[in-house]
Amino acid sequence: MLSIKNLHVSIEGKDILKGINLDVKPGEVHAIMGPNGAGKSTLASVLAGRDLFNVTEGEVSFQGKDLLDMEPEDRAKEGIFLGFQYPIEIPGVSTVNFMKTAVNEHRKYKGLDPLSASDFLKLMREKKSLVEIDSKLTNRSVNEGFSGGEKKKNEIFQMAMLEPKLAVLDETDSGLDIDALRVVANGVNKLKTRDNATIVITHYQRLLDYIVPDVVHVLYDGRIVKTAGKELALELEEKGYDWIKEENGK
Amino acid sequence: MADINTINKDFADLFNQGNELLLEGSSDVMNKTRKNAFQDFAKLGVPTRANENYKYTNLIPAFDHPYNVNLRYQQVDVDLNEIFQCDVPELDTNMVLLTNGWYYGNNKELTELPKGVIVCGVQEAAEKYPEIFNAHYGKYAKTDDDGLVALNTALAKDGFFIYVPKGVVIEKPIQVVNLLRSDRDLMATQRNLIVVEENAQAKIIVCDHTLTHHKYLTNSVTEVNVARNAIFDLYTLQNQHLNSVILNSTYIRQESNSNVLSNTISLYGGTIRNNHHVILDEEHCENNTFGMYLMDRDQHVDNFTSIDHAKPNCLSNEHFKGVMDDQASGAFAGRIFVRRDAQQTQAYQSNNNLLLSNDAVINTKPQLVIDADDVKCSHGATVGQMDEDALFYLRARGIDEKEARQMLMFAFAHEIIDKIRVEPLKERIDELVDKRLRGEISKCNTCAIACNH
Amino acid sequence: MAKEEQDKILNEVTESEYKYGFVTDIENDDIGKGLNEDIIRMISAKKKEPKFMLDFRLKAYRHWKTMKMPEWAYLDIPEIDYQDIIYYSTPKQKAKLESMDDVDPEIRATFDKLGIPLDEQKILANVAVDVVMDSSSVKTTFKEALAEKGIIFCSFSEAVQDHPDLIQEYMGTVVPIQDNFFAALNSAVFSDGSFVYIPKGVRCPMELSTYFRINAENTGQFERTLIVCEEESYVSYLEGCTAPMRDENQLHAAIVEIIVKDNAEVKYSTVQNWYPGDKNGKGGIYNFVTKRGICEGVNSKLMWAQVETGSAVTWKYPSTILKGDGSSSEFYSVAVTNNHQQADTGTKMIHIGNNTKSTIISKGISAGKSNNSYRGLVKVSKNCEGARNFSQCDSLLLGDKCGAHTFPYLEIGNQSAKVEHEATTSKIGEDQIFYCNQRGINTEDAIGLIVNGYAKEVINKMPMEFAVEAQKLLQISLEGSVG
Repeated sequence: MLSIKNLHVSIEGKDILKGINLDVKPGEVHAIMGPNGAGKSTLASVLAGRDLFNVTEGEVSFQGKDLLDMEPEDRAKEGIFLGFQYPIEIPGVSTVNFMKTAVNEHRKYKGLDPLSASDFLKLMREKKSLVEIDSKLTNRSVNEGFSGGEKKKNEIFQMAMLEPKLAVLDETDSGLDIDALRVVANGVNKLKTRDNATIVITHYQRLLDYIVPDVVHVLYDGRIVKTAGKELALELEEKGYDWIKEENGK
Repeated sequence: MADINTINKDFADLFNQGNELLLEGSSDVMNKTRKNAFQDFAKLGVPTRANENYKYTNLIPAFDHPYNVNLRYQQVDVDLNEIFQCDVPELDTNMVLLTNGWYYGNNKELTELPKGVIVCGVQEAAEKYPEIFNAHYGKYAKTDDDGLVALNTALAKDGFFIYVPKGVVIEKPIQVVNLLRSDRDLMATQRNLIVVEENAQAKIIVCDHTLTHHKYLTNSVTEVNVARNAIFDLYTLQNQHLNSVILNSTYIRQESNSNVLSNTISLYGGTIRNNHHVILDEEHCENNTFGMYLMDRDQHVDNFTSIDHAKPNCLSNEHFKGVMDDQASGAFAGRIFVRRDAQQTQAYQSNNNLLLSNDAVINTKPQLVIDADDVKCSHGATVGQMDEDALFYLRARGIDEKEARQMLMFAFAHEIIDKIRVEPLKERIDELVDKRLRGEISKCNTCAIACNH
Repeated sequence: MAKEEQDKILNEVTESEYKYGFVTDIENDDIGKGLNEDIIRMISAKKKEPKFMLDFRLKAYRHWKTMKMPEWAYLDIPEIDYQDIIYYSTPKQKAKLESMDDVDPEIRATFDKLGIPLDEQKILANVAVDVVMDSSSVKTTFKEALAEKGIIFCSFSEAVQDHPDLIQEYMGTVVPIQDNFFAALNSAVFSDGSFVYIPKGVRCPMELSTYFRINAENTGQFERTLIVCEEESYVSYLEGCTAPMRDENQLHAAIVEIIVKDNAEVKYSTVQNWYPGDKNGKGGIYNFVTKRGICEGVNSKLMWAQVETGSAVTWKYPSTILKGDGSSSEFYSVAVTNNHQQADTGTKMIHIGNNTKSTIISKGISAGKSNNSYRGLVKVSKNCEGARNFSQCDSLLLGDKCGAHTFPYLEIGNQSAKVEHEATTSKIGEDQIFYCNQRGINTEDAIGLIVNGYAKEVINKMPMEFAVEAQKLLQISLEGSVG
């Protein structure tokens, strides 16, 4: 589904990613872990098409298409969903209008007619209950005045609405208390099917108690330095990242 | 180009030569005020950029034009009630028309107004209701401070007069439609007076627009007095053509516990200058002053506001937002005064601007003049572009860039529209602004409200 | 604590007197009152100036005669009789001084009282000082040490004699004579000041400092500072001012010009403590100053930091023209007004070069019956891409008879600009004081703490030594025991 080959990325001349290789197949859950500054969020942003970053080398294909060639909105419509680490507040844009526009853009891309207002509201209700989102969140402007937990839940709600093929969840667990963490993780698990895949980016092992990964990667200094099963996460939890740093000569 | 002295001299000639016509049909009080106002105008003249308050608006090109001036009511030959029918669903208003600054002679009678409410022309009011009229006329808009007010008062013949008696609540908004319709270039002088008595409530919507493509200059002054416990809304929609000049001065005085909201929305007009003065003259008043301007091409808008906290314990909120495109230029000046001993004042002011082109210009002066210490005051101003992070967020959800920009621009403007306290009007303006931002209405030929015509 | 008691302390705090108000008994050589072309010729002759200087002065004077005093500031200034002022006054001294020991003991005593270490012990403090008393420069320390690096730091008069080419090249290029009323006046009659030249690639190893003092009666002080920083150079410059207590108002109209070339950096710090007049508003200095720098070169930097506590009237807007691409400027200001003081001060940031940045942090503190205004302009010219500005102007009111005003001007002509202005006005919260009280701090100390905390952001930008003095001054101007 997703294939990243030798990806190099820099920002303002500074190299952040220094040759990433990653393959994700349908139905898989990958966890990317690593210390702060390793390049985890950069990877997520590059996949979604943030133009702050320069891809200097390498290729990324998604379902056989060259991902790097696409605009952010087209990547989204192809089925890539980025759960933002810091979801943006957009005052004045109502969540309903925002989601309706996004859903209908996705439908148009697939050659479907736009949803009628009532069908759309019905869909919203379904998805809200699926991910246990408080209905009043959707009555406000996008993320405006939301707490950290509410913002992250709202990301999962949007993911439910858009039904992506590949969800990239960037530090979705940061700033969450245990209840919110559970809601977010349940949402992700419920949305999981045989056909879609998830990349969970996280600093801590905690989230992986709820979302069980098939593969765990450790990203360090712009490279994936270790790949193993879910037991790797536990090892990291226990030993911290220092041994990784030592192994890699720093 | 004429210089300012020639322009001022032309007005002196007009005043002297047209004196008989000016006096004719106006009440003694109006004429007495007129004389003093002219003396003030002789001293002040049309404001130039040397005047700090007009630093960012050059009025010489606006005035330097051979306009016709009607010193007498000219009947417009079509039935404007026919042309003008408000078709906004659910926006049910009491509508009156003014043509070229005069109260339209064939206005339909407003039969649904509660007892005691008066809606008529200023000339008529001065004659029929001298007690009310004389108690307020010329009391709030001082002629010794601003040349435009002096000029208006010197030339004032008519305009609209609205009176809401004690305790009367008018549910349906009163809509005043100012039409400019002439077969020649025209300068209109309009003088309005609104008196809202104790415990009364009223909402007024004023729409400015042009029916023909002649060059128009409107110099209007509106005085408003809002008595104790009254609630008053004033919505102004400016939607004229690119060859028009709107000079619009509003003076609002508030008494204790009154609540006033004004919202000035400038969609189209060649040169727009809004002077908005509020004095919170007794305690526990609340004032909300909002405005929005969407300018492109060579349009110019200048919102000059002053909120005067003369007494303690009042609250004021002021927020203006603008989107500037092409070669448009804009200015905002907001001055909050907190007088000595006006303690427990809360005053907030903010001005935000989006610049969409490299030739657009915005000048903003948010100011605080504070002489009391136990106050909460803040102001802020920003000039910038669309938030790139927000744009990316929308795009990452599959919304294409153009639509995402449109959504953000609309959201930017919506914050001001959202303050409108008349639901159908809010919806209508939302729609209008959305269209305006999409470039779908270049210029609405008729009323902003009834723009399907 | 009871409200009345708090008010009482607040009153005590805000009714303090000036601490630097002694007069030094030194014989002065002056030229009598009044201003005309002959006086200007006399000033120029006394200073043995080359012809270009006299021409510059006369041109400025002729222009000044056509100008009117500006009235747009939020200041109430009594009419000033410009013919009733002595335009040149200099402490009488014998011949030129060879060593510090030759400085008039009275003058040295004055500086000792001011706490300015003029002695060779300054070596330890690592500050080179130029002292301007009334209108003339008294002594510049460390000249030789600096000269080794090619740095010129001397009085303006000396520079006119020794480096006329540099003076001719740069004087009046940042603040032209016709710039404003006070700039024109200064250009006509200025008597001395400081000159700094930092050659290419040199980082000035010590802080350079000038102290200004008005001493003689009926005099005006008109000094001029010119700083030229060549490519890749750096200097930190400090300026301090005091004056004795006198019943009459005295006039101070200075000019500072700074030229910053490619990749060079200048920090200019001021502690202004001119005599502010007494509790009833009698006397005090009228301080009309034009300070302006140009960031001419790419990536050049200019920082202004000022603590303004003195003067009866302050009219001062240290400004930066950001001409070089990538250049940046910062303005940090604390202005305190008490009793009947009036201040209208702020800055101008003129963005011309691409990707230029400016930051404005202004903190006004008003007490007594004073009026304190911030006035600032941020201008982004049409072809300037990528300009950024952030301004924050806060006002703190101590007492209900004072005023705090904010007059920002934002003139933006390019869509890529990002400009933000924020301002708040507040008083010291009773809850803040109570919180301190509850922790065992008395109200007076609490006010001091809060005021210093409020000003900290600015004071932190000053060089160490100055920061301490600035903090002390804040205390003194609000009352001796505050802090």
